[in-house]
Amino acid sequence: MSESIISNAPQGMPAPEIDPEFHRLLAHADDNLVLSHRLGEWISKAPELEIDIALGNFALDHLGVARLILQRAGVVEGRGRDEDALAMGRTDRDFFNLLLVEQPNGDFAHTIVRQFFFDCYQLQLWPDLAGGKDQILAGIAAKAYKEAEYHHRFSMGWMLRMGGGTDESHLRAQDAVDALWRFTDEIFEGEAAGCRAGWDAMISETFEAAGLTIPEDPYQRGGGRAGYHTEHLGYLLGELQWMQRTYPGLEW
Amino acid sequence: MDAAHLSGVGMVTLVSKATDLWDIVARVVDPEIPVLTIDDLGVLRDVTIDGGTVVVTITPTYSGCPAMRQIEDDIVTILGRSGFSNTRVETVLSPAWTTDWISEEGHRKLANFGIAPPTLPEAILCPVCQGNEPKLIAQFGSTACKALMVCASCGEPFDYFKQH
Repeated sequence: MSESIISNAPQGMPAPEIDPEFHRLLAHADDNLVLSHRLGEWISKAPELEIDIALGNFALDHLGVARLILQRAGVVEGRGRDEDALAMGRTDRDFFNLLLVEQPNGDFAHTIVRQFFFDCYQLQLWPDLAGGKDQILAGIAAKAYKEAEYHHRFSMGWMLRMGGGTDESHLRAQDAVDALWRFTDEIFEGEAAGCRAGWDAMISETFEAAGLTIPEDPYQRGGGRAGYHTEHLGYLLGELQWMQRTYPGLEW
Repeated sequence: MDAAHLSGVGMVTLVSKATDLWDIVARVVDPEIPVLTIDDLGVLRDVTIDGGTVVVTITPTYSGCPAMRQIEDDIVTILGRSGFSNTRVETVLSPAWTTDWISEEGHRKLANFGIAPPTLPEAILCPVCQGNEPKLIAQFGSTACKALMVCASCGEPFDYFKQH
């Protein structure tokens, strides 16, 4: 845990100048905030009512975690910024989420594979943070772990159903795995390196049971932890932040 | 009992006041499951007095529970109606809330309301006919804390408060 959370600015690009503790909190908060937004995009559009409700509930859990960590980040930063200022007032280069969570929803398979990769990571991460020095973050992590267990049960269930279902569902699940695998190495850069073994084991077990294959081509992309994002994050933030950008400080 | 009496009273009196205050705050109900009070749920953790301010400590059931803000407002309102105009609501996360904190009374109220109370999955009973072979329809029901089940005996669909 002594290592910094990042070391992944693209070659030749500067790393962000930021307090490491503040940076770590923003990274974990942004993962949850951005994924929450993506999941929220499914509301009223999911394949079934039950799935619609489940994805909405995940979005709510991730948003709750993001809010709690951003509150903590504001205190650690010590410049008087609250959760809203941090969520609504930063531009894409100051977001430190993983590239994985900002990827578009795609079809249902893409959403589930993204969620499954992330859930397996969170199940490794939260126990680590629950035993960490920051008591507030430890409390958030212990709570978030229990929620991640539910999310994982859902995403794993669909991995098995899609992988072992019809030719079409299998094809789509494998397509999603092939498209998103390139964003998985980034998860384990820096201090999360210790989460890799447990994550690999969970992935292998489910992939085997679902008949899915880990892509051979290991081209990997990173940079999110250093604020270098794919083209998708800017649009997401545009939608997330437009109200506060247009009417700063607006409340209901 | 009113706020004016809070200042300058002795420690023994303060303790009994805090107990009375607990009884007032404990009447606040969960906005999503209004048969349960926040005391039944285990969401209400502590009520103390700090100078002239009533300090109420609550804990969220889930990190993103949208009812928390409503519960905070309801606590301030109910104390205000009893004459306590200075209330501070604090949220604690640790130790994390668990369904084990739902009281016996809470379990009874849930079942009467048609929601199977939290228990081991194999011990879930249909709240209508007590049938013991419910089937899971959806892991996530009308709220994050509930799953949707259907009873194999009487065919009634019902909510199950997930053990957490």
